[in-house]
Amino acid sequence: MLGLLRRTLLIFLLTPSFLMAQDFENLVTLLPEGDFDDRGRVVNQIAVSGDDRALPLLEMLTNGELSYLRETGRIVTLREEGDDDVAYDALSDERIGVVGRRDARDIRVNNGLRRDIAAAIGRMGLQSPDPAVRLDAAQRAFRARDPAQIAALTDALSAESEPHVATVFEQARAAAILQSDDAVQADKRAAIAVLAARGDRDALSALSPALSDPALVADAQAATDEIERSIASWGLAQNLWYGISLGSVLMLAAIGLAITFGVMGVINMAHGELVMIGAYTTYLVQETIRNSFPEMFGWSLAIAVPLAFLTAGAVGVAIERGVVRYLYGRPLETLLATWGISLILQQAVRSIFGPNNREVGNPDWMSGAVDVGQMAMTWNRIWILVFALAVFAALLLVLNRTPIGLQMRAVTQNRSMAANMGIRTGWVDAMTFGLGAGVAGLAGVALSQIDNVSPNLGQSYIVDSFMVVVFGGAGNLWGAFAGAFTLGIATKFMEPWVGAVLAKILILVAIILFIQKRPRGLFALKGRAVDS
Amino acid sequence: MSRLIDRRMGFFLIALFIAVVAIPVGNLVMEGKPVASYVVQLSGKYLCYALLAVALDLVWGYCGILSLGHGAFFALGGYAMGMHLMREIGTRGVYGDPVLPDFMVFLSYEELPWFWLGFDQFWFAALMAMVVPGVLAFLFGWFAFRSRVSGVYLSIITQAMTYALMLAFFRNEMGFGGNNGLTDFKDVLGFDLQSDATRAGLFVASAVALVAGLLIAKAIALSQLGKVLIGIRDAEDRTRFLGYRVEGYKLFVFVVSAMMAGVAGALYTPQVGIINPGEFSPANSIEIVIWVALGGRGTLVGAAIGAIFVALAKTFLTGWIPEIWLFALGGLFVFVTLFMPKGILGVIEDGWGRIRRPTVRKEVTP
Repeated sequence: MLGLLRRTLLIFLLTPSFLMAQDFENLVTLLPEGDFDDRGRVVNQIAVSGDDRALPLLEMLTNGELSYLRETGRIVTLREEGDDDVAYDALSDERIGVVGRRDARDIRVNNGLRRDIAAAIGRMGLQSPDPAVRLDAAQRAFRARDPAQIAALTDALSAESEPHVATVFEQARAAAILQSDDAVQADKRAAIAVLAARGDRDALSALSPALSDPALVADAQAATDEIERSIASWGLAQNLWYGISLGSVLMLAAIGLAITFGVMGVINMAHGELVMIGAYTTYLVQETIRNSFPEMFGWSLAIAVPLAFLTAGAVGVAIERGVVRYLYGRPLETLLATWGISLILQQAVRSIFGPNNREVGNPDWMSGAVDVGQMAMTWNRIWILVFALAVFAALLLVLNRTPIGLQMRAVTQNRSMAANMGIRTGWVDAMTFGLGAGVAGLAGVALSQIDNVSPNLGQSYIVDSFMVVVFGGAGNLWGAFAGAFTLGIATKFMEPWVGAVLAKILILVAIILFIQKRPRGLFALKGRAVDS
Repeated sequence: MSRLIDRRMGFFLIALFIAVVAIPVGNLVMEGKPVASYVVQLSGKYLCYALLAVALDLVWGYCGILSLGHGAFFALGGYAMGMHLMREIGTRGVYGDPVLPDFMVFLSYEELPWFWLGFDQFWFAALMAMVVPGVLAFLFGWFAFRSRVSGVYLSIITQAMTYALMLAFFRNEMGFGGNNGLTDFKDVLGFDLQSDATRAGLFVASAVALVAGLLIAKAIALSQLGKVLIGIRDAEDRTRFLGYRVEGYKLFVFVVSAMMAGVAGALYTPQVGIINPGEFSPANSIEIVIWVALGGRGTLVGAAIGAIFVALAKTFLTGWIPEIWLFALGGLFVFVTLFMPKGILGVIEDGWGRIRRPTVRKEVTP
């Protein structure tokens, strides 16, 4: 009885004049009614309604995810939770409750209806006023490769004003043409060229129908080969980028170590903890900003950079004045003492801030990613690379162009001679240690953006930083530079082959072997002072 | 003989002998058990640490090789024994497989990997506990010493070695139980590992191993070879210029020390009941160094005392206020390097010397 009534209503509603006034929700409840043709009409009405919820709804419909409750006629989607089917409202996603197998019925679709829905979805997006939606629709159409959409795509292409959207339209049209049986050969050839220019994995699958067409197979094969070359080189580029990115992190972590080791011959085992102090400084700065000046959050890192440098630098100077200077000429003892300091710093941070990870946020300008060709680069990694290079350049300037840098180099090369020339080597040592520690603090700011800020932060980088210094050679900034990027890139190129852990092990073994050949690293310092 | 057992060694051996008699007697024989079972187990563990410290002191104190990777040799010895104990479980495991240990059944191994063969024999496992660390030390040392990697560089790459091994043993594919390591041992040589008598036996065995280690190390130090080692420690280049093949000496003492560490590990595993990749962590290896430094570098007996002292402190402090332990350990590193370069033994003997011969000292100093 109810069904009959609704059916009458349906016929009534589908008269166009009334429909325009009809609201979206009522329209949707009509989906289960009638036969597939009726359903197709409702779909078209939904598509032109301009409602935001239309697109996801139609997608669910075409995937057969929609049901209706027999009692209320409500349109729902069922999800399995444990053994039960739970109904959620298809439009609002509101949880309705557990339903029995007989309480809900699927809204069935056949292939004809699916085609209608796909066409409707395609039209909806292609004509949207928002370029982002059009782009999305174009990409969808590209993946759908539906010959029925060729006309719609041609229309959209001629109306398109944004060049990057137009490119995708053209590619979508090309993919659809290759799929169609009745497109002319010339069009298909043009389509192959368009797809070859796109050059990614999707283009490859779009080309596959042409490979089975004897008239096109030569063109298509050439295009396929070209695309495969392009994919391979982009894959290489992506690995290279990962490697450079890892290298920049390693360089930041290791360069401070290289300075202290080079100038003072001292291994600072507390270096990792100084990195951690930099990261916690960033955390404190962000907390203060969040609590007091939330609108300044975008500036938090800019504020954290000098503060982290000063904090870590001050701790470094304190370590040098308090402990390290009493252990000159006893590098192994220094190693042990600084290890002790690292334990104390770690436990101090754990006692103050707790053992758990602290939340450090990315400012807006550091989140998200950018696509370059076929590879994705996240902004935080890009900024860290820029930052690492800036720190490196600044250090080069300090060491090569300032009086303190001159004195540091003098002490590195020959400590006693430098002392004879009137350089206060003790003071230079303190400044060097402070500089190395400050740079570790800067590394902490960068690492806080990509890693967990916890008391163990420093530990996870310390062995890697040592490897960089040992591999690159101490006492030379370029050694740390070359060491970090070589290790970073080598690791990332090995990872796809052998997995992350084995890659790391192999790198360590390779360094142990490399050290046999060049016991003092790639860029060894030459001169008499070396063996002192 | 009297040179081998000097005054320090004598005192230590007497104290050790008293402990070896008193602890098992107190646990097994006396009424009311004045010595609890866990004390026996802990003491046995401490003696293993002491042996490990003696091994490190042999290379660091007498040859100047600061190895930050001795924990790796210790852990390898421990794994060798652990593998034997795993095979001993037999059908008593959760899955009851007569050949495959539980974790292998769990990871659906078809058959025993080749490197597990032979470990069902105790003698083979005991041999491997020395051979495997020895071979690793030989290969590593052969490469490192021949190309004259020394000082801090050597320390860093020994650390890299143990770090790489830790990462490797964490992998399930390695066939050593991955993250969980080897555990759930039932018995050794037919003796139940949970019984007090077995524990006391292992404790005594550890003590015997420690004494043997001390005497071997002392004999090496006193020999002609030991003199060359000290020469290498104090002036490596000069020793080389005098015509000694420095690499050979270093390699010998490094391998002996690694095997000693392996024995310590092999005794350690059955007493604590588990061996896992955490034993390879670089932090553990550095901690060994502080035992030696605290007790007195280059004294052997001091290293053993330092190990026992730190291990005792760790047991008490972590039970009492866990947060304070890392502060204490870190402070110990700083304090010992700054103020006690000769360690506990040095302080005691300086004090002793001042009491006994105050006038003689004055005459000697100009």
